[in-house]
Order: sequence, then C-alpha cells, then structure tokens
Amino acid sequence: MTQTQLPGQAAAPVTAPETAPPKAWKWYDYFTFNTDHKVIGIQYLVTSFIFYLIGGLMAVAMRAELYSADADLLDPNLYNAFLTNHGTIMIFLWIVPAAIGGFGNYLIPLMIGAKDMAFPNLNALAFWLNPPAGALLLGSFFFGGSQSGWTAYPPLSLITANAAQSMWILAIVLVGTSSILGSVNFVVTLLKMRVPGMQWTQLPLFCWSMLATSVLALLSTPVLAAGLILLLFDINFGTGFFRPEMGGDVVIYQHLFWFYSHPAVYLMILPIFGIMSEVIPVHARKPIFGYKAIAYSSLAICCVGLFVWVHHMFTSGTPPWMRMFFTVSTLIVAVPTGVKIFSWIATLWGGKLRLNSAMLFAIGLLSMFVIGGITGVTLGTAPFDIHVHDTYYVVGHFHYVLFGGSVFGIYAGIYHWFPKMTGRMLNETWGRIHFALTFIGTHLTFLPMHELGLQGMPRRVAMYDPQFEFVNQICTFGSILLGISVIPLFINVIWSWSQGPLAGRNPWRALTLEWQTTSPPSIENFEETPVLWTGPYEYGIDLLSADGNKSVQELLGEVSVEAQ
Amino acid sequence: MDGSPTINYPSTTASHHEEHPDLRVWGLLIFLVSESLMFGGLFMVYLIYRGSAQQWPPEGTEVELLLPTINTLILVSSSFVIHLGDAAIKKGQVAGLRLWYVVTALMGIIFLGGQVYEYLTLGYGLTTNIFANCFYLMTGFHGLHVFVGVLLILGVLWRSREPNHYSPTKHTGVEMAEIYWHFVDVIWVILFTLLYVLTHL
Repeated sequence: MTQTQLPGQAAAPVTAPETAPPKAWKWYDYFTFNTDHKVIGIQYLVTSFIFYLIGGLMAVAMRAELYSADADLLDPNLYNAFLTNHGTIMIFLWIVPAAIGGFGNYLIPLMIGAKDMAFPNLNALAFWLNPPAGALLLGSFFFGGSQSGWTAYPPLSLITANAAQSMWILAIVLVGTSSILGSVNFVVTLLKMRVPGMQWTQLPLFCWSMLATSVLALLSTPVLAAGLILLLFDINFGTGFFRPEMGGDVVIYQHLFWFYSHPAVYLMILPIFGIMSEVIPVHARKPIFGYKAIAYSSLAICCVGLFVWVHHMFTSGTPPWMRMFFTVSTLIVAVPTGVKIFSWIATLWGGKLRLNSAMLFAIGLLSMFVIGGITGVTLGTAPFDIHVHDTYYVVGHFHYVLFGGSVFGIYAGIYHWFPKMTGRMLNETWGRIHFALTFIGTHLTFLPMHELGLQGMPRRVAMYDPQFEFVNQICTFGSILLGISVIPLFINVIWSWSQGPLAGRNPWRALTLEWQTTSPPSIENFEETPVLWTGPYEYGIDLLSADGNKSVQELLGEVSVEAQ
Repeated sequence: MDGSPTINYPSTTASHHEEHPDLRVWGLLIFLVSESLMFGGLFMVYLIYRGSAQQWPPEGTEVELLLPTINTLILVSSSFVIHLGDAAIKKGQVAGLRLWYVVTALMGIIFLGGQVYEYLTLGYGLTTNIFANCFYLMTGFHGLHVFVGVLLILGVLWRSREPNHYSPTKHTGVEMAEIYWHFVDVIWVILFTLLYVLTHL
C-alpha cells in the first residue's frame, strides 16, 4: 500500500558525553542565547506575537481616528508615525519572524529528521537581531516617529523626522540581516541534513515552501539593504542619490525598494502556503492532491516573483513597455498560486474533514485569499491600477492577503502545532470563538475598504471627505472586533500551556516526522534516527487502523521494531 | 560535483552538541551569493546614473588611474598568494600556511592604505556630485569587505599558532577565509572596471 523506505542501518546511539545538555529546557532558557532550534522557534513566535499586539494597537488607534472625517483624535504626525510603524512592525516583526523564523525554525529539523539546524549559533544570532530592531522602531517614537510609510519613499523620507527615519532604516537593516542569516541556515539544512533515505519527493511541502522562501530572501533582501544604505547616506551624510536637485533620482529608490518588497509579499505567504499544505491533508484525512504541482509551484512563485516588482510603480512615470511587461508577469505569477488553491480544494473534496480550529482557519484562509488574489490580479493590470492607485482599494487588497492569508495561516499553524510545541492541546471551543470573531472582523474591516477605494478615498491620510464617513465607521467597528478577537487566543494559549489536556506524540494522527517524537520533543529531537516508512501525505491508513484498532503511532512502533 | 568543497567530518567534536558534517563552506557560499546581490544592486544604481547622465563623470571630476591600477595588481595577485597558503596546509605545512597568509594580510593592508591615501588626495569628496557619491560609497563598502577579509585571515593566523589546529584533512576555516578573499577580489575587479577603466574610455 505504501512504499516502505528503510535506511540500511539506524545510526548508532551516541554515548552520552560528560557535558550532556540538560534533558529539558527550563523556562529561563527561553530568555537566553540558546542554540536549540525549538527554543529559537518559540522565541520567534512569542516575540513576534508581542509585536503583533503592539502593531494591532496602532491599527485600532488609527481606525479610531478614522471614525470621523476630521483629524480630531490623534495628532496627524502621530497618525503618520502609527501608519509607518504599523506596517513595518506587522511585516518585519510579526509575519516574517513568526512564519519564517518561528514555524521554519521549529519545524524544519523535525520534519526532515535532523537534530538541529546546520548552524545553531548563527540561528540564535539571527533571532537576537530582532529585539534590538523592535526597540529601535519603538524608540523612534521619541524622535517623532518616521512619517513616510513603510515604503519610506524619498523625498518624503528625506525631509521628515530625520532621526526617526534613520532609526527605522537601521531597524530594517537588522531584520534584513537576520533574514539572510536565517535563510542561509534553512537552505543548507534542507539541502544537506535530511534523514537518510528521504528523497526530494518525500519532503513535506512545508519544507519545499521554506526552500523557495529562503532563496527569495537571499536574492532580494540584499538589494533592499543597498537601497536603504543609500537612503541613510542621503539623510545623514549629504549625498544626493535620491535628491533630484543634486542629480539623483527618486525612482531608483522605488526600484530598489520594490525589488525586495514585492518578493517580501511572497516571503510572507509562501511559508503560509506550506502550513496550509500540512494542515489540510492531516485534517481532511486524504493524501494531498498534486504533491509535485504544489512543490514546484512554490519554486515557480519564487522565480517569477522576482520579476513583477514594477507593478507597484505604474504611476511613477513608468514607460509603456515596462507597464506591459510587468502586467503580464504579474498575471503569470497568479497561475502557480491558483494551482495551489485548486490543489487544496481538491484535497478537501471528499475528505473526512475534522472541522477543528486549525482546519477552520485553513478553510477561512482559502476563502479570504481567493478574494485577495482576485483583487491582486485587478491591481496588477496597469489600466485599473492607475485608477485606484494609492486608494483604500489597495489597503483592502493587501489586508485580505496579509491578514486573511498570512495571519490566518499563522493561526492555523498555532492550533495545529501547539500540541507538538507544548505537549498540551488548545481548547477547541475557545479556538472556534476565536475563529468566528476573526473571520467576521476581517470581512467587516477590510471588505468595505474596496468600496471606499473605488470611490476614490486616498490611503495614508488622517482626514478625509465626510461622504466616506459611514463606510469608515463600519471598518472601525470591524477593527475593534479584530482587536477583541485576539483575547480568546491569548487566554487559550496561556491557559493551555500549563493546564491543557496532554497531547501525546501524535494527537492528529499525522504522518510527517515531527509527530513521531515526543511532545514537546526532547532536546535533540529524536531518541533514535527516525524511520521514514511512508510518504508525508499517505493518509487512508486510518481505514486500516480502524480494523485492527491500531493508531498510527502503534503502527509506527511496529515498523521501527521491524527495522532493527 | 567537481570542485565542490570537501566536507570534513570533525573527529574531535563527537561529544559536542552538533554531530553533523561541517557545512560551513556551503553556508559561506550561499551567503556570498546573497552578498553579491547587494553589490549587484549598487552596480545597477551606478549604471543607471551613468546611463542617464550627459557627461560621465561630470565635468571637473578627474579619475586618477595610476595608484588604483597598482592597488588592483596587488589585490589580484594576493588571490594567488592566499591560494599558496591553502595548498601548503593541504600538504600539512603549517609554516607555509602562516607565511602565505601573512603575506596576503600585508597585501590587503597595503591595498587599504592605498585606498585611504587615494581618498585623502582626490580632488573631490563624498558630496561633490552624483559620481562622487557612487564612487565613495562603492569603494568604501568594498573597502569594508577587504577589512573583514583581513580580519578573517588574521583569525586563521591566530588559530594556527596551535600546531595541530589545522591539518591536511581539517582546514575549513582556512578555506573559508580564502573563498571570502577571492570574492572580495572579484568584486574589486568589477568595481575597478566600472569606476576607473570605463570612465577613461
């Protein structure tokens, strides 16, 4: 039924050295320079969640300001600072570190049967670059807060809040360095440290998507760093790279910025696609539909995604041939994404669905992401984009992709792997309440924004035409609902971490390797090198186990006995 | 795969936390791919400014050739020198390794000194015009990399004091310093072409 892959010999157990690491980490180990990938993964997740709350409060404050047409609640400069730092924090200190740093670090070595990442010290270093970056961003508020949006376009970034803008640049360079170092680690780990006998076609799809993510980060992040260094010199050292009066050119900054920042969109969604490809087959109890299509479409997104960046610049005096080229490439990049969507729907089709919190968020993501994807295609088309450029239509679009996509995916991942990370189950009822609040809140906040944008309401402003007031009030109510929606998750996680029912090794009866070890895994992950006895998605074995009343775990036990 | 770096299995670290093959060379190579994209971004910026300018370099900006050419010869030949050090350790000659790495470090320091001298004597400063912006930023950024390369070489020299630290089968650190040095060298050749040679054609 399933192909059986047994390695020739199990690795000889390493005799315990005198300086053996402790059996399990203590709570304070999570606050130190620890090189265990699981500790680092949790450090990333918890740190980024704190920044998520901070960025979320900024968003709620902005929505409160936008409840009325006048700029009456917040000082407009503070509004600008919130606007800039909300975007920056959510991208660079929440989604990227949570999805790539958190899940990537925690899961990749477990999924490929390794003891740790290739470079544990480098990994810890990469994490510890993030807290100072966050401190720089928050500290910039004492200097007025940078005013120029997360894009930091000159000339605005050159003439407003210079000190805060410089701190912003340093913060981004720090997280960019962290991202590059992390990606080096992921690529080497995935290429070189798979358990013996694991073919590329047996690699869990999360690992494929992390490979594509890492390659993308390696190729695009340094270009942003180059652009930001030039900007830093322009602000502080009198150069004129982006000062037209000194022979500079502002559009070059936009090219450098978007050469990174469009791929950054894929950095934020590819790991989430990986999470989807893990969560859906497990809870649909079906083999994933189109394994190779999903795996290779990640690589296709990685390649094509590097050549679409000018679609952010259709109104920057872009020549017609460029508009044409980048419209076409943008439409092409939607194809591999569609391939994934169809594969997940086909996986769900006829499955024995378990509609638990993880699955609800995964299905919620599907519906949200389709809306965000369709509005994305419309925006990628130059004629329409010129009409709605810099309006709330764009804001609505990217929040469907980033909130309805990435954040829903991170939530799904939390519900799915929390039992593995902590050894305890999350409460399902509260999980579903969390889902319902988030789902309703997201639509209520972001769906009306499309209408606002089509009517011409510009983004990034604290005051607006009074005719848009009613629709803005709907958005504000939605954002308050979203703010409330975090509370059930927060309480659930805190409570379940110590009080939840014990999970056991494999509560979801999943087949990927991380479920073969204890929950939480011991410090070097596996007691013995795990045995790869089935592909990652060959579900249907449940039917057999229903007969013999054997769980997957027991079957795994039998196979590993036979192997010896 | 021909020419791929040898993977050394550390024999003395069996009691250590990470018992896996030494993958550092792979990590360095992937990191350098990423770094080259950073220089690539700067090169593109330079080329765009050059392409859109009426006159390049702008009037009154005289690019000197003699000193940078000598500097280039020193840096390029240092790449051959450092390889002699690598070849020596592969034959087990720690003394040879030390000799050639000392020479390489000296050549690197001479290069940096030459660059500082050039900065002090040039007729234009960082903020003179857009060419000067690019010139100082790119050469300065490259100089920073040369500096890091010299530090790596000095690190190898420091570790090689211990007679058995490097051996014919265990010299990943030596190789990494060499690879990084070659990278810095290649970047310089491109920079020299863009900033000096092509401004004189």
